[in-house]
Amino acid sequence: MPVNIIIFGQLTDIAGNSLSLEGIADTDQLVNKLNELYPALADKKYLVAVDKKVISGNTVLTSNNTVALLPPFSGG
Amino acid sequence: MRNSNSYERYQRQILLTEFGEEGQQKLTEAKVLVIGAGGLGCPALQYLTAAGTGTLGIIDDDIVALNNLHRQVLYSVNDIGLSKSETAAKKLNDLNPEIRIIPYDERFTTENALDLINEYDIIIDGTDNFSTRYMINDACVLLNKPLVYGAISQFEGQASVFNYSANQTQEKINYRDIFPNPPKEDEVLNCAEAGVLGVLPGIIGTMMANETIKMITGIGEVLAGQLFTYNALNNQVYILSLSASEESISLIPKNKEEFSKMDYVWLCSSSHPEFEIDTDRFNIILADGTSADIIDVRELSETPVVSEFGTIKIPLGQLSDQKDLIQSDTVIIFCQVGKRSLQAARILSGIFGNTKKIYSLKGGIIQWKKEQTV
Repeated sequence: MPVNIIIFGQLTDIAGNSLSLEGIADTDQLVNKLNELYPALADKKYLVAVDKKVISGNTVLTSNNTVALLPPFSGG
Repeated sequence: MRNSNSYERYQRQILLTEFGEEGQQKLTEAKVLVIGAGGLGCPALQYLTAAGTGTLGIIDDDIVALNNLHRQVLYSVNDIGLSKSETAAKKLNDLNPEIRIIPYDERFTTENALDLINEYDIIIDGTDNFSTRYMINDACVLLNKPLVYGAISQFEGQASVFNYSANQTQEKINYRDIFPNPPKEDEVLNCAEAGVLGVLPGIIGTMMANETIKMITGIGEVLAGQLFTYNALNNQVYILSLSASEESISLIPKNKEEFSKMDYVWLCSSSHPEFEIDTDRFNIILADGTSADIIDVRELSETPVVSEFGTIKIPLGQLSDQKDLIQSDTVIIFCQVGKRSLQAARILSGIFGNTKKIYSLKGGIIQWKKEQTV
């Protein structure tokens, strides 16, 4: 089962609004895979949320998890 | 209620049973500081004024420009070139002369931040840059003040309430729990560079006023511990739940002295030529016997092993926790190629401010070793 990824803010300019990836075991692996697919993501800051919970360390992903990548906004 | 005129002014919200005269009284007694009278600050100010928030502080050192008017709808053409805080105060006073509005036509800095925030119950962040946002966050954590956060980019907005818990079991969250360190200013485009749809700050700024009113009056559920995101193009709302992080605590100044030494503009600036030293300068410092702590921020297993000079090994991830190991006034950080050490320098500079000279070895230990063998 694939992991679904939703992308926010200006990160969508790099990786589009959403994608799904197969065979991803955890969030570290996901980030590495994304950096491989979209090298411009590598030096961007963003939070990672799994099923709408923001995570800080590496988190195991199971099938049908939805991962959100959300960059900080500064505009006001 | 001061008089029957007041009653009539607020009648439609007093009618709400959850709100009532009690809610109105709480609003009358409340003091709210709005930092930034721009796209987010204007709508927040307008609704808080209309609702009868007793004291409203407005700090902004900017002036009204023509390209503000598509979203900062408090201002008009005749205001171009005038002080935002003073113009806003005048217009808001016309809207509701029953409340006290205090304009501060000055920049929000580490020098005035704590004194200003101390005067108010709730702080609203309507600023447009990361350095001020981190400064406001840290000041509010230090003074334990609820902070209403909103930010926008192009068609998307974020909002949350920091340093607030509805009950004793709920943990307080702050901005650094979500984004521990600021991005560099050129890493994320702001509205001036990336553009913004005019109604978006209207929506998010109005939400910020709503969260403020709910906190003051004690009605409803406050967006504490949650990050609300909204996309104006497809109306999608995504609410993320947040939790406190250990790293966050270590990055925030512990007291007023530490806060006053923080250089938030520096934290967000993208190049630090003054910060990097090359191998020659590094060797000079090594040779002249300056007492310096040389920190290896690589993981413990990484090679090459360094035996040519004494080092303190603190992997980057543990830097904040083990900062007490760093004693000297001069600190030189190195890693493999000089990238992690630069990040470490930023973190340490956030912790120690100007009390220590902090350097990052350019090119890292690989470059250094290479030059020693030539």
